[in-house]
Amino acid sequence: MIDALTGVLAIPALAAVLLAAVGGYRLTARLNVLAALLTFLTAVSLFVVEPKSGPYLLVDDLNKIFVVLTTFVGFTTSVFSASYIGHEIEIGRLTPAFVRFYHAMYQALMFAMNLALVANNIGLMWVAIEMATLTTVLMVGIYRTHEALEAAWKYFILGSVGIALALFGTILVYMAARPVIGEGLEAMVWTVLVTRTAQFDPALLNVAFVFLLLGYGTKVGLAPLHAWLPDAHAEGPTPISAVLSGLLLNVALYALLRFKMLLALNPAAIAPGPLLVIMGLISCLFAAFMLYRRRDIKRMFAYSSIEHMGIIVFAFGMGGTLANFAGLLHMTMHSLTKSAIFFAVGHIAQVKGTQKIADLGGLTVTNPVLGWGLVLGVVAIAGLPPLGIFMSEFLVVSSTFAREPWLATILVLGILVALGGLFLRLNAIAFGTPRGPTAPAEAAYVPMFAHLAIVFLAGIYLPPALVAGFQDVARLLG
Amino acid sequence: MRGLSFDIAHLLAGSLVLVSFIQLYQDRLYALLNIFALHALVLAASVAWQAYVQDAPHLYLTALIALVFKAIVIPTALHRIIVRLGIHREIETVVGVGPTMLFGMGLVALSTVVMLRVTAEADPLAREDLAFALSVVLLGLLMMITRRNAVSQVVGFMSLENGLVLAATGAKGMPLVVEISVAFSVLIAFIVIGIFLFRIRERFDTVDVQALDRFRGERP
Repeated sequence: MIDALTGVLAIPALAAVLLAAVGGYRLTARLNVLAALLTFLTAVSLFVVEPKSGPYLLVDDLNKIFVVLTTFVGFTTSVFSASYIGHEIEIGRLTPAFVRFYHAMYQALMFAMNLALVANNIGLMWVAIEMATLTTVLMVGIYRTHEALEAAWKYFILGSVGIALALFGTILVYMAARPVIGEGLEAMVWTVLVTRTAQFDPALLNVAFVFLLLGYGTKVGLAPLHAWLPDAHAEGPTPISAVLSGLLLNVALYALLRFKMLLALNPAAIAPGPLLVIMGLISCLFAAFMLYRRRDIKRMFAYSSIEHMGIIVFAFGMGGTLANFAGLLHMTMHSLTKSAIFFAVGHIAQVKGTQKIADLGGLTVTNPVLGWGLVLGVVAIAGLPPLGIFMSEFLVVSSTFAREPWLATILVLGILVALGGLFLRLNAIAFGTPRGPTAPAEAAYVPMFAHLAIVFLAGIYLPPALVAGFQDVARLLG
Repeated sequence: MRGLSFDIAHLLAGSLVLVSFIQLYQDRLYALLNIFALHALVLAASVAWQAYVQDAPHLYLTALIALVFKAIVIPTALHRIIVRLGIHREIETVVGVGPTMLFGMGLVALSTVVMLRVTAEADPLAREDLAFALSVVLLGLLMMITRRNAVSQVVGFMSLENGLVLAATGAKGMPLVVEISVAFSVLIAFIVIGIFLFRIRERFDTVDVQALDRFRGERP
């Protein structure tokens, strides 16, 4: 039977096969956009008719939000990607054969991410995340320059180690579940696991969570496991940077959240919250200070992603309905804003022919639309009112102040340091004396401004239906 | 019979740890690949024995995959790559053999202490198996850290995966999905690695990862 659940998996899977077979850049780029749009529409329909969950696939309130966010950003990125890749072919940086490969991999990545989100089986979820890692490794290395190869290699090695640790954690969870649930498939199914977790051996669960935190934490980009992230973001094609930052980090975070929920159900196991809080704070502070020494614009925003993932993980670590709500909102806002920034940065790097901050200058004069788009994006990501990220950061900080004022102070310090770092660089990039080529950009502005408009609206007014939905999930997260 | 089957499983898993140690101090690529083949062979025997003890026929398939892919196909292919790249010279280790071995022993002690403590209630076969598996995983990690050569890092990664397979088969009744996926992912990983090695060769004329470090994007 074909329902929306199969749809979000089947459409990208079929599209990947089709795009691998069909040549011609214009056609494949359009097919890519079409497939991404169809996947997004199917994902939205999950809200209308909720398909039945089976032993392998699952739909609940939590992953619906993730799936819709993933497919939406996947769709807008495919629109941006069409114009970005067109330019790359023109200047001969990519050959048509590589573009065909790129589009097939793009859909394969969408498939893997959706599968990880809807998997009802911890083993299947692991396989999907590994698959997502491998497809992105291939795409990061696609330019085949020294830097791209180094980045891809580093990403591959660190990602594999992370994924290996996560598998060990998964096996341990199964070991803990087996005496209670019995052998076989049942002991790896989320919906079965959550009903019986209270009886699991807490010691085994604790060790399992440590492995899962280190493993999936590597993929989330938590310091000190983040070393792959800036390289992978800086050296791959920019649409991939947008997808990595906006989506893949979320998918790994989703896996962590699922296991956190599992642990929270066992009273004798360690509380996962404090571990997440500590790692979140370290990531946020560390990345905020690292922002000051960046010379590459994509690298800078990669560190900004680490900072924001730190804030999100911190919020989920604090727990409670309000902090979870803030975490979810912040995650959504960060995905939209960061991908919008990468859309702008991608076109800027194409116009100027460089990613070095020192060679960029006066963008608001030479390319007003791109320049002001970037300014708006950075204002949003730095957390200034009235944009959406201000809202979510405010919620995170205020809910923490009520419970642990000291932790909130450290978090605010991180946010302010990051704000300073971002504006210092923004000043040089967007204003100042114009530098480099001033040719007008052939850019796709729509995805960028669509994202920024949503972020802006969310800062002023959140629809009650959305708030209610997020609140339900926040309660679910515990 | 129970005692004997336990002893044999113990012996095989223990041998896997031992072979991991042998890998640590190999300073030639050919020798390293041969030891890796042995590693995979011991793994295949261990998995097959688990299949027999647990009466789980699907595990024979996992053993077969380990035997064919990891013990034969992959070492042969890597052998060819090494020949083609002309890098059958010595491996440079970052840390000396002595400290590495000592550190490895520390890791084994750590994993034994951790796993035996937390699995006090699980059945003894699974406990010991998990402790050994974690040792193999950690030794694989250690090898990836101490080597600079891309090929030996890959070998380190694959022996790490062997440890995971050992853990997965030790967990009684774990669904087949996972074992096949592990084997499958190793295969994919290998293809990726193969592509990478060739590309690295194209660009650098070396597979020494340190050469890659020189091209860090952070230089002004």
